[in-house]
Amino acid sequence: MKTSFLDNLGKVYGIYTGGFLGFVIILAILEQMGLPDKMIGYAFVFMTIAVYATIGFISRTAQVSEYYVAGRVVPGFYNGMATGADWMSAASFIAMAGGIYAAGYNYLAFVVGWTGGYVLVAVLIAPYLRKFGAYTVPDFLGARYGGNFARFIGIVILFSCSFTYILGQIKGTGEIASRFLDIPFEVAVFVGLAGILVCSMLGGMRAVTWTQVAQYIVLITAYFVPVVILSAQKTGIPIPQLMYGQVLQDIANLEQTKPALAGVKPFMATPKDATEAFNFFALVFCLMIGTASLPHVLMRFFTTPSVKEARKSVGWALLFIFMLYFTAPAYAAFAKLEVYQNVLGSSLATVEAVQAMLDTNSWIVSFGNLGRISICGFTGNKSADVLMTAQAIFAACQAGGITELVHTAFTIQTDVIVIATPEIAGLPYVVAGLVAAGGLAAALSTADGLLLAIANALSHDVYYRMIDPEASTHRRLVVSRILLVVVAVMGATMIAFFELGNILALVSYAFSLAAGGLFPALVMGVWWTRTSKQGAIAGMIAGFGVTLFYILWTHKLGFAQPELWGVKNISAGIFGIPVAFIATYVVSMMTPAPSAEMQAFVRELRIPSGKNMMEEKV
Amino acid sequence: MSDVSQDKAVAHWAKTKNLMWITLAVWAVFSFLIHFFVDALNSIVIFGFPLGWYMAAQGSLIVFVVLIFWFSSTQNDIDAEFGFDED
Repeated sequence: MKTSFLDNLGKVYGIYTGGFLGFVIILAILEQMGLPDKMIGYAFVFMTIAVYATIGFISRTAQVSEYYVAGRVVPGFYNGMATGADWMSAASFIAMAGGIYAAGYNYLAFVVGWTGGYVLVAVLIAPYLRKFGAYTVPDFLGARYGGNFARFIGIVILFSCSFTYILGQIKGTGEIASRFLDIPFEVAVFVGLAGILVCSMLGGMRAVTWTQVAQYIVLITAYFVPVVILSAQKTGIPIPQLMYGQVLQDIANLEQTKPALAGVKPFMATPKDATEAFNFFALVFCLMIGTASLPHVLMRFFTTPSVKEARKSVGWALLFIFMLYFTAPAYAAFAKLEVYQNVLGSSLATVEAVQAMLDTNSWIVSFGNLGRISICGFTGNKSADVLMTAQAIFAACQAGGITELVHTAFTIQTDVIVIATPEIAGLPYVVAGLVAAGGLAAALSTADGLLLAIANALSHDVYYRMIDPEASTHRRLVVSRILLVVVAVMGATMIAFFELGNILALVSYAFSLAAGGLFPALVMGVWWTRTSKQGAIAGMIAGFGVTLFYILWTHKLGFAQPELWGVKNISAGIFGIPVAFIATYVVSMMTPAPSAEMQAFVRELRIPSGKNMMEEKV
Repeated sequence: MSDVSQDKAVAHWAKTKNLMWITLAVWAVFSFLIHFFVDALNSIVIFGFPLGWYMAAQGSLIVFVVLIFWFSSTQNDIDAEFGFDED
């Protein structure tokens, strides 16, 4: 049965994609026949979660290698798709286009930084970890650096970066479920949690892999549909990624000529001084090195059938990620032009004039009522019955002496850009529901990957390798599942009941922490035979320590000290990474060379043929 | 390992290292170097895209995708040359 599934992957996912599109079309027809918006929201959230749960249930397993590395049978192409879903979180799906809308060229550091790191994954790390046959990243550290101390440091770093990251994902699923099911956030978090657990609990990596493929298809469809239609409407050609060049020109012209835009920072403005330029490159650097160090990404490449397939799979993964990342700037540009052309410069002199502006831009009312858009400092709050009406806006603008909508009087929150595009394009509600399903898929798939990375490190590395190496297969899997639930519930509880605030900023720290802590130990372990156990341990502690220290030193909840040389703390890895390399090198040279056996181990690692080096007792 | 296969492994690794440096050089150019010249590149406009913007929003990304596929097939050839390819 298993082989026939693998032989027919194209057919299975082809039918799945067709079924999903059919589902969207049926909902579109029902909407025309009068199905209320709320029901459409319910249908999207529950139907997609039900499908993921079904895949998770079918993929249940009682075998250790199926649970940890999906039996190492995942073809490179499908592993690439799963990696795409694993990688692209709610932040990529919802916040990236909005970030570019707000910050313009400088935000493209994220676009470059979150893609280029895959070159490092393919060249420096993934093929060698695959050859070793690791189940987890600390597994490799434990084997290469002889013992549980290196393994333990690896687990501490993995836990710190992955747990901060997963908090953001659980929050993301909660926000989407809360908006589209119209339920309180604290309840919605646990609906999201259920969605996360049904995918991973019974089948571990095997189940997560095949659900992530399904989730990639949903998220990329949802990302493309609104902007493709918008591009067709505005330019006549449904290829937004090519057509927004003209839009960029129109934006630049309006910035020059439109009075309401006087003094606005140009969309395409490049870094204005050396500090800004340095921060751009430092961020690119940290995000790339972080990509190549984050355990939930690296472990996806443990699932391919061969070393060769692992390398190629990295290429597929980046191609699938590229599909979304090269579309995000198009979203930003189309939204920017819409605002510059049709919103800014509108007269606010009379209530009627304000009403006319709201009538042509109904999305301002919808999102203003949710508190996401403000005009002259006024914003709505639907649950408190404060509505975005022409009278209220007029009154606020009068008080501020503003008679024409200038760019300083109009603010929009960045997460609105992707979500509002269906309404800007005048599309039916079903498209908004589709976008919600896409955002949910992005958040769920990333949360599952992270959850598995954390729970596997605890169950495989801590429990099996360090506490009870004699544990039976059955016992190991039971422990894995219990830890999975414990970690997930812990995360959801923290999100639901504590005000953790700026979680998306915490997420970007995860990249620097992983980069400073793990990158040198992983890379030098393969590429420099002389790297000693003591050297690697010193490097991990120093790199992680320096990165963490800089974040705490500059963070307002830490020591709140001024930044060193103007380096923003989201690029803290720029200090930690070099320190880790230097510490690893210096301490390795001061300590005895690795044993002859360890040197042979490294030589074996470098040869792709032959069987996995880590033996698993069955 | 016998001496012959030891020599083979050394030669294989030398070629692998060489490929690594070439790939990382291309990576560094499109990750960092080219974006130093964004203002100069922006004076060239293609299909409405200022080239400096285009390289950060699309160009570098396309290079990364192609680079990984090129790297992976070149590495396969190196492995095959030394008989280290998997079956």
